[in-house]
Amino acid sequence: MKSFFDRFRIKKSKPAVASDQLNVNTVPLSEKQLGIDTIHSRRIEPQQLIYGCGQSNGKQRDHNEDCLFVFSATTGGDANVAPLGLYIVADGMGGHQYGEVASSAAIRTMGNYLLKRFHTYLINPSEGMEEPLQEMMRAAITEAQRAVTQAAPGSGTTVTAALVLGQQMTIGHVGDSRAYALHTDGRVEALTRDHSLVKRLEELGQITPDEAAGHPQRNILYRAIGQGEVLEPDIFTLPFPQPGQLLICSDGLWGVIPDENMGKIVAAAPNLHEACQSLIAAANDAGGPDNITAILVQLIG
Amino acid sequence: MIQEVIGVGGMGSVYRARDLHFPSVVKLVAVKEMINRAPDPLVRKNIVQNFEREANILATLNHPSIPRIYDYFSEDNRSYLVLEFIHGKDLEALINETGGFLTEDRVLGWAIELCDVLSFLHSHKPDPIIFRDMKPSNVMVNPTDHIILVDFGIAKPFQVGQKGTMIGTEGYSPPEQYRGEAGPLADIYALGATVHHALSRRDPRLEPPFSFGERPLRKINPAISAELEAVIDTALQYNPDDRFHTAESMKEALVAAGRKTGLLSRTPSAMTAVQSTVGIKPLWAFQCEDEVRGTPLYHEGSVYIGSYDHNLYSLNAADGKLNWKYATDGGVVTRPAVFEGDIFIGSEDQRLHVVSARTGKVNWTYYTEGRVHSSPRIAEGHVFFGSDDQHLHAVNLLSGRAAWRFETAAPVRSTPFVAHDTVFAGCENGDFYCVDFRGEMKWHYKAKMAVTSSPCEANGVIYFASLDSSFYALDARAGWVIWRFRMGKGSIASPYTTEGMVFIGSADGNIYAIDTHTSKEVWRFKTEHQVSSSPVVYKDAVYCGSVDGNLYCIEAHTGRLRWKFTTKGPITGSPLVYDDIVYIGSNDHFLYTLLA
Repeated sequence: MKSFFDRFRIKKSKPAVASDQLNVNTVPLSEKQLGIDTIHSRRIEPQQLIYGCGQSNGKQRDHNEDCLFVFSATTGGDANVAPLGLYIVADGMGGHQYGEVASSAAIRTMGNYLLKRFHTYLINPSEGMEEPLQEMMRAAITEAQRAVTQAAPGSGTTVTAALVLGQQMTIGHVGDSRAYALHTDGRVEALTRDHSLVKRLEELGQITPDEAAGHPQRNILYRAIGQGEVLEPDIFTLPFPQPGQLLICSDGLWGVIPDENMGKIVAAAPNLHEACQSLIAAANDAGGPDNITAILVQLIG
Repeated sequence: MIQEVIGVGGMGSVYRARDLHFPSVVKLVAVKEMINRAPDPLVRKNIVQNFEREANILATLNHPSIPRIYDYFSEDNRSYLVLEFIHGKDLEALINETGGFLTEDRVLGWAIELCDVLSFLHSHKPDPIIFRDMKPSNVMVNPTDHIILVDFGIAKPFQVGQKGTMIGTEGYSPPEQYRGEAGPLADIYALGATVHHALSRRDPRLEPPFSFGERPLRKINPAISAELEAVIDTALQYNPDDRFHTAESMKEALVAAGRKTGLLSRTPSAMTAVQSTVGIKPLWAFQCEDEVRGTPLYHEGSVYIGSYDHNLYSLNAADGKLNWKYATDGGVVTRPAVFEGDIFIGSEDQRLHVVSARTGKVNWTYYTEGRVHSSPRIAEGHVFFGSDDQHLHAVNLLSGRAAWRFETAAPVRSTPFVAHDTVFAGCENGDFYCVDFRGEMKWHYKAKMAVTSSPCEANGVIYFASLDSSFYALDARAGWVIWRFRMGKGSIASPYTTEGMVFIGSADGNIYAIDTHTSKEVWRFKTEHQVSSSPVVYKDAVYCGSVDGNLYCIEAHTGRLRWKFTTKGPITGSPLVYDDIVYIGSNDHFLYTLLA
């Protein structure tokens, strides 16, 4: 298992290498000039998925039950190879140490399952993939369910995963972590629907969004990985937001910072890494009641 | 004497035991064990006191649907309740074991008994007793088919509260229970939910909370009477005030429903199904000399339709009068296309014909080496179509000459879709091709059987059906399968997509509506025969023909039938809807026009 991931680590560092090169002294561009706006105005080849991510315990928890997984692959030179990316956030629960066992089991299982499926594609893209992306995602979540039930019985975890291939992203979602499309015009569009009791009450008009935000039972989920025999994940495919970014985060972020502020923070940041740090800092400044995790992804070129 | 563990719950086990106070007879009792897990001794003591107080109340209850309580005691951190042993099965097990649906009369009988026992509990003095946990697993059905309510909320205090993000799969509880308000009306909702589960076999714990309204009973189980459905709907209202105000009034409504449907009386039902069959009259109909298998085209006041009688007809759209007809040397099963005053039509005579829309005179023809079953598609100065000669043809509109021919492995009967400088088409061996404007393949996908279906595209995703029983959604740029949807049988029909939905007919007789993002079935509409006609959406309705001879008009969002029009032959072509008028050809030789 370890050696399998090691193989991918070389790939994973590719986009990072690209941005590092831009940062060497011989390139007379400041950090700000290399920011999001600059990226749009310059022609970038090949098309690639760049990302930033950040994580914090928050200010009121002594340990972290969130997990994140990021994988971006770029192959240059052959016009037919689209960028591939896999981005997952999981927020574990269940008390004691079991929450983090659940979230890490879910993320590792899904990462392993999906990257194995794409191994051939990355090395030899002309061999088509038979299995529909949504079925792969479903199978990965089923595997995660099995792994979590085994590793930490009684615990549970949310999972929000985006598998990006070319212009389309397939999202697998269980629980109340969220995926957002951040549009350049300032719109912050939630792509996922929380599987939480309070969200459901809000959808039904039983409580207002304000009441939901302060509801004592806002942490109760009606769907989670590791819970129940039958799991019905939300799986759907949408065009990747372009221009714009994909944000995946745990409730430690979205539960604390209003949606529109998240969009503003990202728009004001010079790059995706800084944007993630600013998001996390903002959640901590607002009290940091829970673990905070954020991944930002952008498709450039 | 403990005999067997009969259940394990969140807070302890339930045992079957024999009461040794009566050594000469076998008296079975259930012993419920509750483990006190609260860490704080004060809280623990509190829990035990609550338990004993409630046990005392329950011990005084005397009702045929409530188990007798014989004894209770506490030892260390465990408390025990000794109660009547109920023979039979719980309702949840019964639902799961039953192959089909439980019958309405049986469920109705239980529901009435449950109302009785709730009514009894709610009228308890001095304080009403709220059951709080009505669900199928708490309802026992004994061998004489009567119900007994088990697992009173007495065990509730033993559940230690969790901190942080928690999981709850209640499913049966009403919205207000989550605000900490649980009155008699909460039990009524939960009873409605329990009956809903029993009748629909849809476990509410697997569905979003409070989503019963999205799962109308009769849609899942059409055998249920509208009367019973209405009662359950009332019980399941979000707003407690909109529900029955007492269990007694719900019982009365159930009894009334049962009388009306005849389930509660021995007299046979007087109900007769009245189906309004409003006769739909065509505005006009035009008779060709043979079957009309193709799809019409509307252009500047005229309707163009090909027939198996070799002709392409031009008709006045207003009255159906013949403008002209143009004879090819083979059957015409394709849909005409129009470009700058010329009508393009493929024929089984292996040719593409280009005819003046005004005069019906041929301008030029283009020869292929096989029959043409694929309809022409015009884009970027070229006409694209497939042929049985195993080629996809691109013909220059100005010169009438081939720009290129793309060789395929089998006949191409699928109509090409052209977008973003690419041409998409299926092939009879199951290949699906994406070809660029130079005639070079960009990617291809192989389905297990023929793709006769003509693709359509929206938001970078291309949709088509195959005879292999799958409906496919592929990434238009690279050909990855994003999702596939299983139909009952294969399909040669073509999809239609709009507003996040895609519609497709299948040889299994269904017209499916599928969510394009989630690949979930939104609805299916069953016709009496296979569907090879392609659906068309106009305003908020889907129009689609079936080999059963009918043209159906179905609500696009719900799948409910608005009307149907019966022809005397199978319909294999697709409708055209233009300006509130539907044009549809039938194998009975007629082209019909109907008000949409």
